[in-house]
Amino acid sequence: MIDVYKAYDNGTKALKGVTLRIDDGEFVFLVGPSGSGKSTIIKLLTSEIRPSEGKVMVNGYNINTIRPNAVPLLRRTLGVIFQDFRLIEKKNVFENVAFAMRAVGAAPKDVKKRVPYVLDLVGLSHKARRRPYELSGGEQQRVAIARALINNPMVIIADEPTGNLDPARSLEIMTLLERINALGTTVLAVTHERELVNRFAKRVVAIDGGRIIHDGQGGYYTNDPRRAGARE
Amino acid sequence: MNRHTLRYYFTEGFRGIFLHAFSSFAAVGVITACLLIMGSFSLVAVNIQAMVTEMEQSSEIVVEIDESLSDAAARSVGTQINRIENVYEAEWFPREDAFAQYVEKLEDPLLMQSFTPDIFPHRYKVYLVNVQYAEETARDLEALPGVAAVNVERDLLNSLLSIRRVVRVVSVVFILALLVVSLFIMQNTIKLATFERREEIAIMRVVGAAKGFIRWPFVVEGFLLGLMAGLLAYFLQALAYNRFADSLLRPITPIQLISFGELWLPVLAVFLLTGFLVGVFGSVLTIRKYLRA
Repeated sequence: MIDVYKAYDNGTKALKGVTLRIDDGEFVFLVGPSGSGKSTIIKLLTSEIRPSEGKVMVNGYNINTIRPNAVPLLRRTLGVIFQDFRLIEKKNVFENVAFAMRAVGAAPKDVKKRVPYVLDLVGLSHKARRRPYELSGGEQQRVAIARALINNPMVIIADEPTGNLDPARSLEIMTLLERINALGTTVLAVTHERELVNRFAKRVVAIDGGRIIHDGQGGYYTNDPRRAGARE
Repeated sequence: MNRHTLRYYFTEGFRGIFLHAFSSFAAVGVITACLLIMGSFSLVAVNIQAMVTEMEQSSEIVVEIDESLSDAAARSVGTQINRIENVYEAEWFPREDAFAQYVEKLEDPLLMQSFTPDIFPHRYKVYLVNVQYAEETARDLEALPGVAAVNVERDLLNSLLSIRRVVRVVSVVFILALLVVSLFIMQNTIKLATFERREEIAIMRVVGAAKGFIRWPFVVEGFLLGLMAGLLAYFLQALAYNRFADSLLRPITPIQLISFGELWLPVLAVFLLTGFLVGVFGSVLTIRKYLRA
């Protein structure tokens, strides 16, 4: 992302000259208060919107010039996880994960082979036939992670993945993301959880008012007493 | 599109019907109701048209033959009459029959006792292919050698033509209006069904599904629902039509409706085609909005 500006039609200037580079295999926390521009960055990365100025490159795709029929191809290189899980209520766990694989044209025999492997990775093999409403919040998020992982993405984008979970489940999810990162997948996690950011000591990019105000390895909250006590 | 994907579209489309049972039920119900309303009105119009056509075909032009011709020569005029393009049939009506018919109508037949059939000319009753061209045909008949006079029942023919015109215009206007209303209702029903699944569509887009992959299961589902509605409407229409003809109309009027046996194929074809088109296009048009967003 090079010197990116984004102004919405209603006049809101969400990003003001953001430059950010995330390399393969990194684990990055993106933090900042509400309205700081975090969601805009995610929308740019998933090509939901285009920058007003500047250049955005994601996994080799130029977001400024990407053609509409190439957007699904870009998204197949990303795995996106949301705060509200976004599972299809009428499909069971297996189907929720499998359909992301079918969506990219995978053959049924490949789906049957890969889905159990990924469900095992997130510890949900025994709940493959359950519907989302039969699972706890943490389990639902693990299904969402399995869905994000199923197509072997280059990057996982987790948008407040622990926002709806208690501290113990949040730790579980973040540990799972760390394990996925250790296997070589780049992870960008947007979060409000100071304890998690502190505990994992990864690279932290802080954004406020549409500008990056910090970019460094760990200690973002612990090094500054004002931030340590602040609730975002 | 490989066979796995094709099978996936059909499996998902079929499953979608049951997974979203209520909206499927509503869509089939609405499409069926609309088809039934349009079908019933069309069948009434077809029957009225058939009755008018029958009346037209039984209306006649009476051609009086020159009395100076011999019987054989008078009869031979029929050959020339039959050569006229708009003539469906020319029926020989000799003066004896005309005399007998006249006597029969009199209250006191003895009045004609002193007369012979010679007071009447030989005639031909001419039935037309299309009464709309009755005037032109009458002129052609008058021009034939051996024809003394041509009597056209202008008032009757004009009335029949007016009825036909009114029925045609009213049918077309009503059927078009019903079609527009039905399409509107059906599109709204499908829109509601799709709205219920907007989250599902959004998730598909997030995981990188191509537009076709998102659209096709909905199209298959619309296609299946449309066909189901077409078939259901056909059976209900057949049942209602036969019941109406047998139980309601026959006991109180001498009107004979066209048998459903003669109409089933076009009714089935139109219902299936309309169901198919409404289902498929309704889905395609509605989902387009969510794919654009």
